[in-house]
Amino acid sequence: MTSDRVTQTLRSEWTKIRSVSSTGWTLSVAVVVTIGIGMLIAALTRNQYDSLPIQERLTFDPTFISFAGMTLGQLAMVVFGVLVVTNEYSTGMIRVSLAAVPRRGTFLFGKIAVAGALALLVGMVTSFATFFLGQAMLGPYRAGLGDPGVLRAVVGGGLYLTLIAVFSMGVATMLRSPLLSLGILMPFFFLISNILAAVDTTKKVGQYLPDQAGSRIMQAVPRPDDTPYGPWGGLGIMALWVIAALAGGYALLRHRDAQ
Amino acid sequence: MIELDGLTKRYGEKVAVDGLTCTVRPGIVTGFLGPNGAGKSTTMRMILGLDHPTAGDVRIDGSRYEQLTDPLTCVGALLDAKAMHGGRSAYNHLLCLAQSNGIPRARVGEVLETVGLMAVARQKAKGFSYGMSQRLGIAAALLGDPRILMFDEPVNGLDPEGIHWIRNLMRSLAAQGRTVFVSSHLMSEMAQTADHLIVIGQGRLLADTSMADFIRRHARSYVRVRSPQRERLLDALHEAGVTAVEAADGALEAEGDKAEQIGELAAGHGIVLHELSPRQASLEEAFMRLTAGSVEYHAQSAAAPGNWGADRQGGTA
Repeated sequence: MTSDRVTQTLRSEWTKIRSVSSTGWTLSVAVVVTIGIGMLIAALTRNQYDSLPIQERLTFDPTFISFAGMTLGQLAMVVFGVLVVTNEYSTGMIRVSLAAVPRRGTFLFGKIAVAGALALLVGMVTSFATFFLGQAMLGPYRAGLGDPGVLRAVVGGGLYLTLIAVFSMGVATMLRSPLLSLGILMPFFFLISNILAAVDTTKKVGQYLPDQAGSRIMQAVPRPDDTPYGPWGGLGIMALWVIAALAGGYALLRHRDAQ
Repeated sequence: MIELDGLTKRYGEKVAVDGLTCTVRPGIVTGFLGPNGAGKSTTMRMILGLDHPTAGDVRIDGSRYEQLTDPLTCVGALLDAKAMHGGRSAYNHLLCLAQSNGIPRARVGEVLETVGLMAVARQKAKGFSYGMSQRLGIAAALLGDPRILMFDEPVNGLDPEGIHWIRNLMRSLAAQGRTVFVSSHLMSEMAQTADHLIVIGQGRLLADTSMADFIRRHARSYVRVRSPQRERLLDALHEAGVTAVEAADGALEAEGDKAEQIGELAAGHGIVLHELSPRQASLEEAFMRLTAGSVEYHAQSAAAPGNWGADRQGGTA
């Protein structure tokens, strides 16, 4: 009976997600931007490789170079995650949805399972595509999938994009408004988190932010710095943020009136 | 059957629904009547488990809404016609609802046929007129072939043809033995569809009565009389045992429908009459009288919905 209900909810949420245009354009932008910028940066790096200082040449990470588009591409994933959830609230559909699936946990996690699975698929395709195309642009300086740490970084890139999307879904469930959610998440991931992680005085805290910790997994070549976690540790920290956002969203959805 | 038991909803200090206890029965259309802001929509949202009651309880055929397996096959509701994603087609809107409750896909086509939207099934809902959205919302309510149907202000914004259609639909659903619960702020609308009335004002139950009983009790006849010798006329009426009250404009309103009797009485006493007209208080007036004390936002000029305080509390069950 319970599994029936879960299957029904998943099927219903799949119909919802495939029948609105925002799904298509947000995910397409994520793919195109990530790959496009990754290839561009890879091509520029190849041309300037000879003028790089020796220090940078020693820690040269061709895999990470090809992920240069993630910073912008992830923003489209944020929009995808936010819209999947806030579409329900901004249209009033949430009252129809919750009348159909009154168990709010089933509703929320059914939606997030479907949207998360789609984000995972698109994230993996994007990550592998941007890696191969980026390496092609790097020419003689390229890395191969079999090189140490490379497969982990490429799979990690797909996981990273997925977690960014799911984190946004959790935050959007708490905030309900698309404008408010995007108004907080976009500047946070594009500017604030990067500044906090770069400035010396805030670095200790900044490096634990979800995107800063999570993006560590995309580095195939270890860097000589004092980051207190490894690639999987960083992704774990990001996963904790995602769990916290989902828990907050679920708690509020459970207790609030549906509107 | 829907049973409300002491249902209460507070928003901070404000009480939207106040200890509502009543039962909505199958086989008839039950009108849920109250002025705007009386708490009708809040009550309906609580019935569907969308809003959490502050106190009290709702039972749907004995269960709580959250406990229903595939709730759409038990309760179908239209709360807000525009509550759907405008970018989704009518067909997909209904399909995602059907799938969530294990309702076969074929049923989507059937209900689209019933509400007459088959031709626009693949069009996006944002291009729909209000009337079309209303029909789509009704299709969603009918989707699970539920025993209980609930409509919040279904005739609002509909053209006469649409109103006629919806009335007949509600009547036929009730005739099939289903529970039909429909809200409105218009008595005249209810008089044409409902068999039973639940009237609320400021969240409180004001009346729970059959439509026939309500009409019998409230559709009052009176005779409007104007005379320059009002005091003498009042005395004469009083002597004859006719109850009369003063209307806002100084005329008298005598209970009953005996205009002839009053005319002859006046003639007998040599009282000049300027007006003598039999009147019928409409149900709308009766409803306004019933809820007069509970309307939250009075329009400044419409302060006097009749001045016959005589039986103001009449009908309060």
